[in-house]
Amino acid sequence: MQQLLEQIASGLANGAIYACVALALVMIYVSTDHLNFAQGEMAMFSTYISWQLMNWGVDFWIAFVLTIAISFVLGVVIERAILRPLHNAPVLSVVVVFIGLLAICNSMAGAIWSYLIKEYPSPFPKATFGIAGVIGPHQLGVVIVTLIVLTLLFLFFRYTPLGLAMRAAAQNPQMARLVGVRVDWMLALGWGLAAAVGSVAGMMVAHIVYLDPNMMSGILLYAFASALIGGIGNPGGAVVGGFIVGVLENLVAYAGNMIEKTTGIYIIGNGEKLTVALIIVIFVLTVKPAGLFGRVVVKRV
Amino acid sequence: MKTSRRTFVAGASAVAFSGKAAFAQKKYEDGVTDTEIRIGNTNPYSGPASAYAAIGKTIDTYFKSVNEAGGINGRKVRFISMDDGYVPSKTVEVVRQMVESDKIFALFQPLGTPCNNAIQKYMNTRKVPQLYVATGASKWGDPANFPWTMGYQPDYHTEAVIYARHCLANVKDAKIGVLSQNDDYGRDYVGGLKEGLGKDVGRIVKSVTFEATDPTVDSQIIQLKDSGANVFMNFSGPKAAAQGIRKAADLDWKPVHYLNNISASVAAVMKPAGYDNSQGIITAAYLMDATDKQWNDNAEMKAWSAWMDKWMPGANKADANHIYAYGVSFLMTETLKRCGGELTRANLMKQAAGFKNFRVPLLLPGITVNTSPTDFYPIQAVQLQRFKGETWDLFGEVMHAESS
Amino acid sequence: MPSFPKKWLWVVLALAFAVPLLQPILPEIVSNYRLFLVSTMIIAAIAVLGLNLLTGFNGQISLGHGAFYAVGAYTAAVLMDKLNVPYYATLPIAAVVCFVVGFLFGQPALKLEGHYLALATFALALAVPQILKYKWLEDLTGGVQGIVLSKPEVPFDIPLNEDQWLYYYCLITMVVLFWAANNMLNSRSGRAIMAIRDHYMAADTMGINTARYKTVTFGISAAYTGIAGALSASAIAFVAPDSFNIFLSIKFLIGLVVGGVGSLTGSVVGGIFYVLVDNSAQAISTFIKNDLGLQFDLSAYTIFGLLLIILMYLMPQGIVGGVYILVRRFRRG
Repeated sequence: MQQLLEQIASGLANGAIYACVALALVMIYVSTDHLNFAQGEMAMFSTYISWQLMNWGVDFWIAFVLTIAISFVLGVVIERAILRPLHNAPVLSVVVVFIGLLAICNSMAGAIWSYLIKEYPSPFPKATFGIAGVIGPHQLGVVIVTLIVLTLLFLFFRYTPLGLAMRAAAQNPQMARLVGVRVDWMLALGWGLAAAVGSVAGMMVAHIVYLDPNMMSGILLYAFASALIGGIGNPGGAVVGGFIVGVLENLVAYAGNMIEKTTGIYIIGNGEKLTVALIIVIFVLTVKPAGLFGRVVVKRV
Repeated sequence: MKTSRRTFVAGASAVAFSGKAAFAQKKYEDGVTDTEIRIGNTNPYSGPASAYAAIGKTIDTYFKSVNEAGGINGRKVRFISMDDGYVPSKTVEVVRQMVESDKIFALFQPLGTPCNNAIQKYMNTRKVPQLYVATGASKWGDPANFPWTMGYQPDYHTEAVIYARHCLANVKDAKIGVLSQNDDYGRDYVGGLKEGLGKDVGRIVKSVTFEATDPTVDSQIIQLKDSGANVFMNFSGPKAAAQGIRKAADLDWKPVHYLNNISASVAAVMKPAGYDNSQGIITAAYLMDATDKQWNDNAEMKAWSAWMDKWMPGANKADANHIYAYGVSFLMTETLKRCGGELTRANLMKQAAGFKNFRVPLLLPGITVNTSPTDFYPIQAVQLQRFKGETWDLFGEVMHAESS
Repeated sequence: MPSFPKKWLWVVLALAFAVPLLQPILPEIVSNYRLFLVSTMIIAAIAVLGLNLLTGFNGQISLGHGAFYAVGAYTAAVLMDKLNVPYYATLPIAAVVCFVVGFLFGQPALKLEGHYLALATFALALAVPQILKYKWLEDLTGGVQGIVLSKPEVPFDIPLNEDQWLYYYCLITMVVLFWAANNMLNSRSGRAIMAIRDHYMAADTMGINTARYKTVTFGISAAYTGIAGALSASAIAFVAPDSFNIFLSIKFLIGLVVGGVGSLTGSVVGGIFYVLVDNSAQAISTFIKNDLGLQFDLSAYTIFGLLLIILMYLMPQGIVGGVYILVRRFRRG
C-alpha cells in the first residue's frame, strides 16, 4: 500500500513535468495549427540560456523573466526567418523543418555548453513536510507554476482581443484576414508565446532531470501523449493528460511488480511500462478520437 | 512506369565519383606512407549517446599535439573520426568507408558495445586492427577467435564481481537491490554481479531496469526501497545515477550504495546529486578524477591540466571523458611508436599485445597496462574508493582481476 | 509529377545492372564499398517507397515505419540464425509477417487521424525496440546483444564477390517491388487508394470500402518496409535493438518528404538522400573544421539540420517536385 501511494505521488510529480511541456505543445498548436517537434529542444536551449545568466550571477527569478523574454523573441525570429517562407509548403515539409530545427538546437547546445549534465537550481524553499520524500517542494512548485501559466493562457485566449485574434488566425486564416486580423504577425506571436511557455517548462523541469542537451528527448514523447489524450487544442486537457500519463506509467510498473510478486511470473516491468502506457493511451484515443476533453470538429465537405 | 531513372543515374554517378584512394606503398600496409599514418575511429557525435563525443574530440586534439611535436617516428597521424550516432548499422557503413575507401591503417577506440559487435566479424575477416575499443564489455579480449580486436578499460563484468565480493565480505545479511540500464552495458554488470555472488545470488531481492529515454528513475527507486533492500547496486549512466542518489536520499532510504565506475565523476554526478546525499558511496576506479582535489598536486594531473589549457581551452575539465581519452591516446601513440619502421597491421597487434607494466598517465597509482598474446585486456586492475566530503577516498589494495 | 520516356528507364536499368561489371576496368571507382553504399541506398529507397504508399498515396501519416523495418529485419535474422533459412527465402516471409502486423495496426489506425495517427505510429516505433528486449523473447532475438549474421552467399558459383552479389540482390528486389507498386497504383485499387487520400468523403460515398482499403494499404506499406528491413539484415549482417531507434523512422519520413511525397521516383531520390545526407553532412563538417579552420565546432548534426531547412526552403515540394518545377520553368523560359 505504501508503495502504491508512493508510486502515485511520484507519477503525479513526473506528470507535472509532462504537463508543463505538453502545455507548450498545445500553445503552438492553438496558435499555428502545427505540432512542433522541435519544441522540446527549443525549451532545452532556453533553459541553457537561463543557466548561463545565473552562471553570470543573475538571481533565479530575474533570470527566469529574462529567459522568458529572450525565448519569446527567439520564437518570433524563428517564425519570421524560417517558417514564414514556408507557409504555403505542405505539412510534411514543415515537419521536416522542425526536425532540422531539433537537430540544430540539440547540437548547438552540446557544442556551446557540452554534454555533461549540469545541476540546475530550484527556486523553491527547501521545506520538509509530511510527503516531502515523495512530492518535494520543487514538485509542488512545478504544479503551481504550471497552473498559473495555464490560468494566464486561459484568460489571455478567452478574454483579450489579441488572444482571440490569435486563435482566429490559426483556425481560419482567410476569415481572420477579412475581419482585419494581421494573420502573419499572429503566427509569429504564437511562436513567441509557445517558446516562452516552453522555456518555463524547461526551467521547471531541469532541476528534476538535470540539465543536458538531451534532457527533453525522453520527455517530449510523454508530452505528446499527454497533449493528445487531453485533446490537442485544449490547454487544460493537456495538463490533466500529463498527470494521467505520469500516474498511468507508474501504475503499469506497479501492477507488473505485484503480478510478479504474487505469481512469480514476469509479465511486465519497467522496460515495458512506457509501451503499455502508450498502448492504453492509443486505445483511449480510438474510443475518443478527439481526446478526453477535446471537441469533435465536424467537417463540412 | 514512374520509377526513377534519375535516381539510377544518381546512383550510378555516386559510384562514378572516384575516391582518390591512396595506392598502398609496398613497404607498408594500407594507410601508412613515409609521412602519414591514417587512423580511423567512430564516435556518437549525434544522438542520445553524444556525451561521449568528448572522447573523439580529445583523441583528435591529442594527435594534433603529437603531430606538432614532430609526429610518431617522423610520421604525422591523420585521425579520421566519423559519427555513427550509436547506431550499429551506421557503424558498419562508416567503418567500411574508412577501411575500403579512406584506407585506414587501423580502427582505434570505436565506441559502444553494439557498434563494436556489428563490425567485429568484418574487422577480423579483413584483418584490420580494431584496437582499444571504447566499451567495457567483457567480450573484447578473445584473441583465439578475434585476434584483431582488443579492449582497453577494465570490463564491467569484472567490476561487478568485485562489488559482489566486497558486499558479501562486508555487509551483514545483505539484501541487494539492483538498478541497471536496459541494454548490453547494464546486462554485463548484472551478469557480473550474479557471478560474483555465486551461491548467494538469492541475496538479490529486487532487480529493476530503466530505459535511457526515461525522464526519471524515481519509480524504480521506490520499487527498490519497497523491496526492503539494504544494498543498492547502482549500474546507471551519470544522469540516472545522480537522479537515483538524490531520490534515495529523498525517500530516506539509506542502503550501502555501490555505484558503477562510469558514473563516479565528482562534478557530473556527485555534485548534482548533492554531496550530502552521496556520502559513503562505494565505487571501483582505475582513473584519476580531475574534479577530485586529492590529485591537485599530482604531476601527471598537472601535465594533463596544462595540456588541456593549451590544446582544448574552453573544454570542461570536469568531464572524465577527457582524462580517459588522453590516457588511451597516449597508449595508442606508444603502440605506434613501438612499431618502428615496420608499420604492418600484424606488427601493430603484436606491439599492442606486448605491454608489461606500462604506465599510462592518469591511471590510479599502482595501475599499469599489461597485455600478452593471450591477454587482450590492457587494464585489469581497479581500486575501491568511498565518497567522503567532496572527494573519493581510496581504500584497500589495488585489485587485479583475472577475467581472461 | 514528372514522367520520362520509357526507353530512358531501360537505359538507366541497363546501366545499373552493368555497373558492377565495370569493376575489373575501374577498380578504384567501382569499389566494393561503393557498391555496398548503393545497396544501402536501394534498401532505403524500398523502405521509403513503403512509407510513400501509405503516407504519399493513401494520406495516412506514419512516424513509425522504423518499426516495420525492425520487424522485417528481425524476422529475417531469426529465420537465418535459428532455423537456417536461406537468406533469399526470408524476404517473402518477412513481407507476410510485416503485412499482418501492418494490417492489424491499421485497424485502430482507422479511428485515428492526423496528429493522433502520428502519435500512435510514433509509439509503435518506440515500442518495437523495447519488445525486442522483452524478457520472454530474448532467446529468439538475442536481447540487447542482437544477432550476428553472415553475408549473403553467392549462389550457383556465379563469378561475383559478396558485395557485387548483394548489389544485384537488392537491385533485382527493388525493380520487382517498384514494378509491382507501379502496377498496383495504376489499377482500379490504386485509384481507390488515392481517392481516399484526395477526397475521403467522396470516396466513401462512391462505394469504395475505405476501411478495407486503408488497412490493406497499411499492410502492403508495412510489407514493403519490412522487405527493406530483411534486406538490411543481410547487408549489414547484424541486427540489434539500437539499430532501430526512433530516429530511423524520422529519417524515412525525411527521405519521403525530401524525395517527393506521392511519387515513385521520389522514393528512390529519398532513399539516395537518406544515405547521402549523413555522409555529406559529415564531409562538410570535417571540411569546415580542417580546411576552413573555423574555431567553433560545427558538428555534422548541425549541418544535417541546416541542410534539411535549406532544402525545404528551396524545394518545399521535395527534390522531384522541385526539379519538375525548374524543368517546366526552363522550357517555358
